[in-house]
Amino acid sequence: MTAWIQDLIFTVDHKKLGFMYLGAGWLFFIAGGILALLIRTQIAVPNNHLLDGETFNGAITMHGTTMIFFFAMLMVFGLINYIVPLQIGARDMAFPRLNAFSFWATFFGGIFLFMSYVFGPGLYGTGAAPDASWFALAPLTSRAFSPGNNIDFWSLGLLVSGVGSITGGVNIMVTIFCYRTKGMTLYRMPLFTWLALVTMFLVIMFMPPLSAAQIMLVLERFFGAKFFEAQAGGSPVLWQHFFWIFGHPEVYILVLPAFGIISECVPVFSRKPIFGYPMMVAATVMIGFISAGVWAHHMFTIGMDSFSVTFFAFATFVIAIPTGIKIFNWLGTMYGGKIRFEIPMLFCIAFLFQFLIAGLTGIMLGCAPFDWQLNDSYFVIAHFHYVIVGGIVFAVFAGFYYWFPKAVGRMMDKRLGLWHFWIFTIGFHLTFDPQHFLGFLGMPRRIYTYQEGRGWEVLNMISTIGAFLQAVGGIIFIVNMIISARKGKVAGDDPWDAWTLEWMTSSPPPDYNFEHLPEVRSRRPLWDLKHPEDPDWKFE
Amino acid sequence: MLNHHYTRYSRAKRGSGRGWELLGFTVAAFIGLLSSAPVARAQDSTIRAVQNIFDPLSAPAETLFNISVLVLAVCAGIFLVVGGLLTYAIIRYRRRGPEDDTEEPPQVYGSAAIELAWTVPPILIVVMLVLVTARTIGEIEHHKMPETAEQIRIIGHRFWWEVRYPKHDVVTANEIHVPLSDRHNRVPTEMILESADVIHGFWVPQLNGKTMLVPNYRNTMWIEPYATGIYLGNCTVLCGQQHANMLIRVIVDKPEDYQKWLESQKQTPGPDPQTEEGQKQFIANSCGTCHTIQGLRGANGVFAPDLTHFASRATLGSGVAPNDEQNLRSWLKDPQVLKQGCLMPNMQLSDKQIDAILAYLRNLK
Repeated sequence: MTAWIQDLIFTVDHKKLGFMYLGAGWLFFIAGGILALLIRTQIAVPNNHLLDGETFNGAITMHGTTMIFFFAMLMVFGLINYIVPLQIGARDMAFPRLNAFSFWATFFGGIFLFMSYVFGPGLYGTGAAPDASWFALAPLTSRAFSPGNNIDFWSLGLLVSGVGSITGGVNIMVTIFCYRTKGMTLYRMPLFTWLALVTMFLVIMFMPPLSAAQIMLVLERFFGAKFFEAQAGGSPVLWQHFFWIFGHPEVYILVLPAFGIISECVPVFSRKPIFGYPMMVAATVMIGFISAGVWAHHMFTIGMDSFSVTFFAFATFVIAIPTGIKIFNWLGTMYGGKIRFEIPMLFCIAFLFQFLIAGLTGIMLGCAPFDWQLNDSYFVIAHFHYVIVGGIVFAVFAGFYYWFPKAVGRMMDKRLGLWHFWIFTIGFHLTFDPQHFLGFLGMPRRIYTYQEGRGWEVLNMISTIGAFLQAVGGIIFIVNMIISARKGKVAGDDPWDAWTLEWMTSSPPPDYNFEHLPEVRSRRPLWDLKHPEDPDWKFE
Repeated sequence: MLNHHYTRYSRAKRGSGRGWELLGFTVAAFIGLLSSAPVARAQDSTIRAVQNIFDPLSAPAETLFNISVLVLAVCAGIFLVVGGLLTYAIIRYRRRGPEDDTEEPPQVYGSAAIELAWTVPPILIVVMLVLVTARTIGEIEHHKMPETAEQIRIIGHRFWWEVRYPKHDVVTANEIHVPLSDRHNRVPTEMILESADVIHGFWVPQLNGKTMLVPNYRNTMWIEPYATGIYLGNCTVLCGQQHANMLIRVIVDKPEDYQKWLESQKQTPGPDPQTEEGQKQFIANSCGTCHTIQGLRGANGVFAPDLTHFASRATLGSGVAPNDEQNLRSWLKDPQVLKQGCLMPNMQLSDKQIDAILAYLRNLK
């Protein structure tokens, strides 16, 4: 036991670190999920007194921060850490020690954030958890309005974890650029790796603005700087620019790896290569670039001049084009295939429909005049949970069912997987579909209570029931992982009859990943091996 | 807490014949059904508690409604086409049995022609949406106010609204009276939005979209209501513990009622021997440090709502409870009971002091 713990603490192996990222991510997911259930229970009925305003504000802040920075980010880094070196035929990451540092920095950032529940009150005795919402709109975060230490736990925790993300981003980029096996040109890289590359580009471009803003906040709170404080001549709008110039690309940091997972699973389970690989890559790079120029669509109601509003609405619409291309390419991949409804594919199919809806509600929010009604309402909550749960979490589930056999050597149980899929999907729709209509009916986000008669009671109740169903689905998933890791069917090297390099090595892979690799001559090296009479490289 | 009946304005009254009307009405009816709002005839004192953005009752809200329905229709169309294609592909190309495992389907790598074909329609849709959006933004933001326009200043505080009528020298709080406008005699109301502390958001969906109140900035917004009634809204930007109870009531009055209301608000309450004790207690307990009551020496604070015509308002604590004797007593005894986390502290008043102040405040019509 001690040897095992010691190994976890000192390891620099990308696969073990990947496991640790994912394990820590699920722990934070449970914490964030409990907070979500508390939030949903509080607003299930009007005039509820389960939580008071302060506890509720703490819960929404911690839920949002945890799910974005310590669940979704850890999933992204965990999956990329585990899969990318295997997909490009590398033995490990370029900088294994830096990799371990990145994990521990991120992990400690998260633990530090949760310490606020214990130490947050500080000397002033107010506010146990950070309670200025996950985008911490200045000047609510200034000493005058948040006198305790809770905000400091938020800013310092994210600062530390941000360092972990940035170093991790550099590491993964260098690995992809310098450690590909013989013959794997950029043009032959699997799509998951391509999307990881663009993601890490976004990480090292757009995490620093957030870190800079956190440093400014720390200076303001501890050393009397006046960046955001209106009374002293600072500008609260400045904080929002800093936050959203990070915040919007962050969405793509989370969703591009999800696209990557879908781009691996859909071809394998449709038994066809990805349709239009060059377009997929081009669309990804386009999304990466355009995502840098849309941030102010989160600020349409702040009183910008009409030229800026029009520009950011335009940029937001434009990003729909490459995203649409992706959906069409997945459709083209399935078209003419022989689709196998294994569990990963079920999650992919649900992803496609949900992400389609999320994209369309995104267009509605991008249309600035419509956004003046919808911004900061429950419609926004529904929209981004469609992206993050309906999109990213579903893709992460697909990825887990898909790569679990490789990482553990055993298949995940299909019957439990079906239960998980259906309960979670139904729960997801019960939770978030009604929230669109709550937004139409004028319910603003972040209210801890409401009076009866506003037309919100029934929809909120349905939404809360859905949240608990999702929790049941999540528990089934965790149980499935635990049972399957011990008793699952032995997987073999290549249970899905897939085509990328990670399926060439044993399951689980040895420490050195590969003993020997053939020269890669196409995007599907394993197809070439399995079909020597009809290899891909003849056609690419 | 709201015991009134809720009504929906009859659309027929306005009689506009826009192309989206039918679709919009369907959407509105569908959402109205979800919110289970009973339909009744509109009256002046109607409380419009269900604020459906697809049932606009003000000119700018209607402009937003029109583009919303267009965008909604475009999105629904895209969903039907793409969702239909996905469904077709999934059903048509499913694995049909073990015989499908023996042979792989034809391996297709892509097609430049097809990819070009499905890139062009999204581009065209985007161009169309951008143009429509730009036009609507201009319509709302560069709207020219007529001479007759009313003007009010709304200043957001944690957790209440200060309301000033610069043209009439009237100050009130939380309950915002505005005049009704009609096609022949347009009286839009221009709102200047400012904040005294943190960022707030002003949103009454049937009147207009939302705008933030940002400290050190001066935002504007306008409304032009078509129907009388009491419109409920909320603060939309998290501003602290009582963000949820920073409620808005906009009261749309007929022009003559509005004038009457303004006149009554201009009156300064004179000394009244019956409530002399209450006035004394009000000053003695330093209520006047934060609250203003015109005509009362020493009551000139600006930190809390102006109470000059307190008894004319229907609610307490920015809409948290009806303004009746029982709630006011509870509030004076300890404001933290009705609105935990509001900035008014428990003043530790004795029952006798509460009786006196209560009688005084209830008299401030």
